[in-house]
Amino acid sequence: MKLLWTVVEVSVVATVVLPTTAALLVWAERRVSAFMQDRLGPNRVGPAGLLQPIADLLKFMFKEDVVPGHVNKVMYVLAPALSLVPALVAFAVVPYARGMAIADLNVGILLVFAVSSMAVYGVTIGGWASNSKYSLLGGVRASAQMISYELALGLSVVPVLLVVGDLNMQAIVQWQADHVWLVVPLFPVWVIFLVSSYAETNRLPFDCPEAETELVAGYHTEYSSMKFALFFLAEYIHMITASALSVALFFGGWSLPGVTFPDGSMGTLLSGLVFAGKTGAFLFLFIWVRWTLPRFRYDQLMDLGWKRLLPASLVLILATAGGVALLGGTN
Amino acid sequence: MLPFLLAEANQPRDWLPVLVLLLLAVGLAAVQLLISWLLGKRGETNEFKDSPYECGIEPVGDAHTRFSVKFYLVAVLFILFDIEVVFLYPWAVHFGGGEPDGVIFQERPDLLGFLFFEMLVFLAVLFLGWYWVVKKKALDWERV
Repeated sequence: MKLLWTVVEVSVVATVVLPTTAALLVWAERRVSAFMQDRLGPNRVGPAGLLQPIADLLKFMFKEDVVPGHVNKVMYVLAPALSLVPALVAFAVVPYARGMAIADLNVGILLVFAVSSMAVYGVTIGGWASNSKYSLLGGVRASAQMISYELALGLSVVPVLLVVGDLNMQAIVQWQADHVWLVVPLFPVWVIFLVSSYAETNRLPFDCPEAETELVAGYHTEYSSMKFALFFLAEYIHMITASALSVALFFGGWSLPGVTFPDGSMGTLLSGLVFAGKTGAFLFLFIWVRWTLPRFRYDQLMDLGWKRLLPASLVLILATAGGVALLGGTN
Repeated sequence: MLPFLLAEANQPRDWLPVLVLLLLAVGLAAVQLLISWLLGKRGETNEFKDSPYECGIEPVGDAHTRFSVKFYLVAVLFILFDIEVVFLYPWAVHFGGGEPDGVIFQERPDLLGFLFFEMLVFLAVLFLGWYWVVKKKALDWERV
């Protein structure tokens, strides 16, 4: 019975909630970018264009599934799947409501890093297997960028652990509910985390791997129909996970200062809504930044990661550790 | 491994949801690929459709050309630094002192200072390595 419940919960999150949110995010991105550019955006299919993602999905399904003759067929088909699977699995430990997460693991945040760094394989293999110059360059750039910013991302989580002393995501949220949102004492750390997560998800201003003015579409230049959609879906799910992590690690997760949720399922539901609201705000920030900042040049991007964020996060770790030692522990 | 870590360690059944999620994710990807293969329009191929996209120009040479050796260097440096990052995690968790460690630190606050200076040495070595890499211009992307 417990197993059945697990399977139901996981399938609802993985096959309904995440893809639907990603689809809505695509709609939101198109609408918001339209408003920022004084256009209307998609508004014909359904109320306010809300059914546009479904129309897009149908089109993706019925388009010709082109596998060009020059590609490495096995790898070419495998790459989109390799890109989507880590994106979904990385969401496993996100504490999306009070006491709720797909898996409540004591290694928590480590699983996110272990799994989400696998995402680089899908992109790199896709770029290589396409056997096209744009794709190869996009794939190589993407892999170098993603591993570079993984350092800063990994280091920017260390101060959180220094304060909370637990890898479990629920414990991190609970600490913030009991004390203070970690963004208050650790604001610079959060900035590094945010910038790195933008680079990890290949979003503007760090979308060099698919810079259309230089590389057409980067690693997915040769992809069409559903395979392209899988890459797209993976990118948006990564955005959702990155936003959810930002909320859980620095913005109190499902908690609100001064608010105690009632016991029982009502409180769980309310806490889930709070978490969704905060995550939505971060997703909006993703879109907002995309239409505000221009793209970095590739050498600037690598410089920022290796020469600025890496040493800065090392210094911040020391500063946080010093602070914790002076306070005589934070628990 | 420390005893309290063993006591708190996850049982294999705690990982079951992750396994289910993994299987579902693979299934979802497979189904989506299959759907588009089954439903998608079938068109005939020709030599232009089969050639790599290069903005209408006929591709010159093989796509798997040489690319900058800097990418390899970045990958090697990443492995080095990422291992150092992994070393920082257990230290950080202990330093933050969840339940068992917190009790120890309340009795022996001097231990926090000791842990701090120990890690100061480690980070100093790491920082020196980083400085050497920068001075060697290993991270400079010059124009060719």
